[in-house]
Amino acid sequence: MAGKKLLLEHAHIQGIRTYEVYRKMGGYTAVEKVLTEIKDPNAVVEEVKLSGLRGRGGAGFPTGMKWSFLDKKSGKPRYLVVNADESEPGTFKDRYLMEYIPHLLIEGMICSSYALESQRAYIYIRGEYKWVYDILEAAIKEAYEAGWLGKNVKGSGYDLDIYVQMGAGAYICGEETALLESLEGKRGNPRLKPPFPAIAGLWNCPTVVNNVESIAAVVPILKMGGAEYAKIGIGKSTGTKLISASGNINRPGVYEIELGVPVEEFIYSDEYCGGIKNGLELKACVPGGSSVPILPKHLLLKNTQGEDRLMTYESLSDGGFATGSMLGSGGFIVYDEKQCIVRNTWTFARFYHHESCGQCSPCREGTGWMEKVLHKIEYGHGTMEDIDLLWDIQRKIEGNTICPLGDAAAWPVAAAIRHFRHEFEYHVKYPQRVFDADHVYQPEMQSLSL
Amino acid sequence: MLTVKEPTIVITPDMQREIDIMIAKYPEGKQKSALIPLLHFMQDHNDNWLPASVMDQVAGILGIKPVEVYEVATFYSMFNLKPVGRYLLEVCHTGPCMISGSDKIVDYLKSKLQIEVGGTTADGMFTLKTVECLGACGYAPMMQVGRYYHEHLTESGIDTLLEDFRNRKVQNN
Repeated sequence: MAGKKLLLEHAHIQGIRTYEVYRKMGGYTAVEKVLTEIKDPNAVVEEVKLSGLRGRGGAGFPTGMKWSFLDKKSGKPRYLVVNADESEPGTFKDRYLMEYIPHLLIEGMICSSYALESQRAYIYIRGEYKWVYDILEAAIKEAYEAGWLGKNVKGSGYDLDIYVQMGAGAYICGEETALLESLEGKRGNPRLKPPFPAIAGLWNCPTVVNNVESIAAVVPILKMGGAEYAKIGIGKSTGTKLISASGNINRPGVYEIELGVPVEEFIYSDEYCGGIKNGLELKACVPGGSSVPILPKHLLLKNTQGEDRLMTYESLSDGGFATGSMLGSGGFIVYDEKQCIVRNTWTFARFYHHESCGQCSPCREGTGWMEKVLHKIEYGHGTMEDIDLLWDIQRKIEGNTICPLGDAAAWPVAAAIRHFRHEFEYHVKYPQRVFDADHVYQPEMQSLSL
Repeated sequence: MLTVKEPTIVITPDMQREIDIMIAKYPEGKQKSALIPLLHFMQDHNDNWLPASVMDQVAGILGIKPVEVYEVATFYSMFNLKPVGRYLLEVCHTGPCMISGSDKIVDYLKSKLQIEVGGTTADGMFTLKTVECLGACGYAPMMQVGRYYHEHLTESGIDTLLEDFRNRKVQNN
């Protein structure tokens, strides 16, 4: 059964990227509702609170609650900043949304800015998405021409300007305070909190930073009403979520799911991933972007009580890090039986080392050590002590840094050792076999007595 | 100033108009925010790299200290601080691309172009780089060349692409 599509409902329609077609399909009616029916900005915030929407960037913090922290009494300008710095390996959903339905984001930004009583909003997009930047600029121009942006939006007396700012290749700028630093023309070094951006954000003014998908979700929430939106999904995982599926599957791509779809259905159904490529077996999966723990097949499909694991914030994290993972950003990476977990973990460690801003020593040094030790093991020079050393390093990074990049770097290494220690030991014990096999995993590894 | 030898960029009236638009995106007195967009812009007008002299020029335009430009230009991976080939081939090799065959793509480009990663072909046409996740995991393996992504790469696809680059058939910037 196909689930509800709230964000990508019209994604397949020819020309939906243009204002004309988007408007014809009911676009900008959420703005009309806000300006002529709801009117009170705080009532818009209430609708989003009612919806139970949780931040779609990865952390899952309730969006309405984040909005309610915004300091509206300081007398300073307030800003909405959209985080489009999508860079977590496995995640490419925001790109899809902006590339195909840019007006959905703009419409969401108008409603959200109105709720926050902000008159200036920025989209911070990763520099590599240059052609998406062009698409956004073109859509914003159309929105100005149609009177949805600028002075006195549709005669309401409300003024709003939206600008797009390009990053320049730094994963860390997806962390909201690093993003604000970058938007101010500085290095992307995360700030010490508090103060939080809701009090002192962009140029020291009250600021809300939200993910692209969160802001886009505000449109269907306002159209159907927060209470109605909250009926979709399961428990505290309300609404729909974009999942970007990649790896060894038959149908990689971006899917909108109703939260609550069983993981097994998501992987094997032809509506979504379509099963494992080349007739191979599923081995493991990173369900929410590279930083969340990898799970082997048996823990991915069922929790330890034998219940089906569902695509929800709660179900995927059931069992904590011992046996669970996280929904995270929805970057769903699937590994077949031939993939080498050591090599994969090494590329992740290399990624985090490359992306560490260098402010905190545990992260700056620790990510580099993890990369080196993993490289050593992967290339056949590792010792059994190296595996313990790796465990020790990740443990000393976690929780000891200003921003969550340290944790994000530590978790994948910890989970790989926790669930696939035998593969690390195999690399240490039989380096030549790993080389001979061109670093492709040998299924007999599992049964070898070491 | 790091050096005085390298040339600066001649700003035409058209370019100046674009720069003014860039700076006007930010409130009065916050023109430093235009630094990253302006560095992109200047790099695009300087064969895709930023000598110190151009960074100094950027500092002058925004009324900030040169060191404020250097510290930013050296932080972000998209700014090239050394000359690069006409086409910069940036192959993603993080996890999802790796398990989809990016290692083989890098090897193929190395042998085809007869350069190592980080190297530039003798004719100055191509520079090969490996980069971390570009957000195209579902369409792997992939590489970025200039403004655009090239996804679902295969060896024969690369042959065609390189030929088109040589014949300037494919848009770069």
